Amino acid sequence: MALIDLANPSRFLALAERLLPYLIGLTVFALAAGLYLASGAPDDYQQGATVKIMFIHVPSAWLSMLVWGVMSVAALGTLVWRHPLADVAAKAAAPIGAAFTLICLVTGSLWGRPMWGTYWVWDARLTSVLVLFLMYLGVIALWRTVDDPSRAGRAAAILTLVGAINIPIIKWSVDWWNTLHQPASVVKLGGPAIHPTILVPLLTMAVAFALLFFTLHVAAMRNEILRRRVRSLMLLKAQIAPGSEA
Amino acid sequence: MNALAAIFMRDIRLAVRVGGGGGIGVLFFLIVVVLMPFAIGPDMALLGRIGPAILWLGALLASLLTLERLFAADHEDGSLDLILMSDTPLELAVAAKALAHWLTTGLPLVIAVPLLGLFMNLDGHASAAVALTLLAGTPALTFIGLIGAALSVALRRGGLLLAVLVLPLTIPVLVFGVSASNAAIVGPLPFGTPFTILCALTLTSVVIGIFAAAAALRHGME
Repeated sequence: MALIDLANPSRFLALAERLLPYLIGLTVFALAAGLYLASGAPDDYQQGATVKIMFIHVPSAWLSMLVWGVMSVAALGTLVWRHPLADVAAKAAAPIGAAFTLICLVTGSLWGRPMWGTYWVWDARLTSVLVLFLMYLGVIALWRTVDDPSRAGRAAAILTLVGAINIPIIKWSVDWWNTLHQPASVVKLGGPAIHPTILVPLLTMAVAFALLFFTLHVAAMRNEILRRRVRSLMLLKAQIAPGSEA
Repeated sequence: MNALAAIFMRDIRLAVRVGGGGGIGVLFFLIVVVLMPFAIGPDMALLGRIGPAILWLGALLASLLTLERLFAADHEDGSLDLILMSDTPLELAVAAKALAHWLTTGLPLVIAVPLLGLFMNLDGHASAAVALTLLAGTPALTFIGLIGAALSVALRRGGLLLAVLVLPLTIPVLVFGVSASNAAIVGPLPFGTPFTILCALTLTSVVIGIFAAAAALRHGME
């Protein structure tokens, strides 16, 4: 079955129904493995066990940017290739991305209180992630304000592509400006600067979070397709109802 | 007169005759700046220190409120559909409208700065610096707002959505505008550093705003 076959919503629904149990199982296993490895990782010599917030904070930060990337690709699918399910994918991904960003902000804030002495500081990384969160909320608001789903999809696609400029800004904000947030340690020239005993659990949690997003995304896309079908049926019902001028 | 010049002159004439564009924008700017000392307190030294920031925020909010005038009236009377169907490239038509909008709403804000600088305890040099940064930055606000206006053109309850969409995108302009003003007033940065970045932001937003707004109009109109 070629990828293009998935453009048919019914085929996609059938595939989603078949895949979802395996995806859920895989996600649970990966999360369990990641959490187990994270609990076995050594404590930081300065921070103690508090450093383990990192195993949730960093993967959710990575996912918050990845999800906007997925939405941007879906936006291109809507505008350039007119893929039928592209706007469904974008709409389903937005709340999940917003949730990851919120988790990143909250865990980072809770981590910063004992480490930096403050819940919040207006440095470049925190500010740009907060702006990313606002843009997620803006896209969700745009989806809800336009009634027709396909028109909403095109408008949201343009907004997503314009907002994609924020992702490189977030990534390199700690290098371009003097920030309280620590600079890049994993994805940088010269390779990761973290010891494997911490890097391996971190990457496992990242994979687990990515699987979590994938599972939630497939389930959300399925829900959105069903929601649109319900909407069409209700529109039809309103048209043929007695008393309406059909 | 070719089509682009016609669109441009039409928008200028409408803004000048029908009114409400530049005048209301400046009035709102004035009111916001006047409100600040009521909230912050009349300490002139403090106001002088945050004066550039207040002026920039006031200009940002004033240009935000006038954005709906860009497309709403044309959408209601059908001229937007005519522009969409014509041979003129939509990007250039949108650019002509945005330029006319900036001349009639953004430029008056810049002209009002020396007077409002008095309220903020800014001397002539400081007011001139703020005015210059606003001159370079208000086109960015207009062209970024163009995107939001185009996205929300057909919405009946668009209102606040426009602000929610546009404001996060204007944050870099605000940051570098205030940074440039402060650099000119107190240093220690040289004025040129944030100012050239502000100019770069304006030039980038002109290009991106035009293409994004044209795409939004094409896809948003039925």
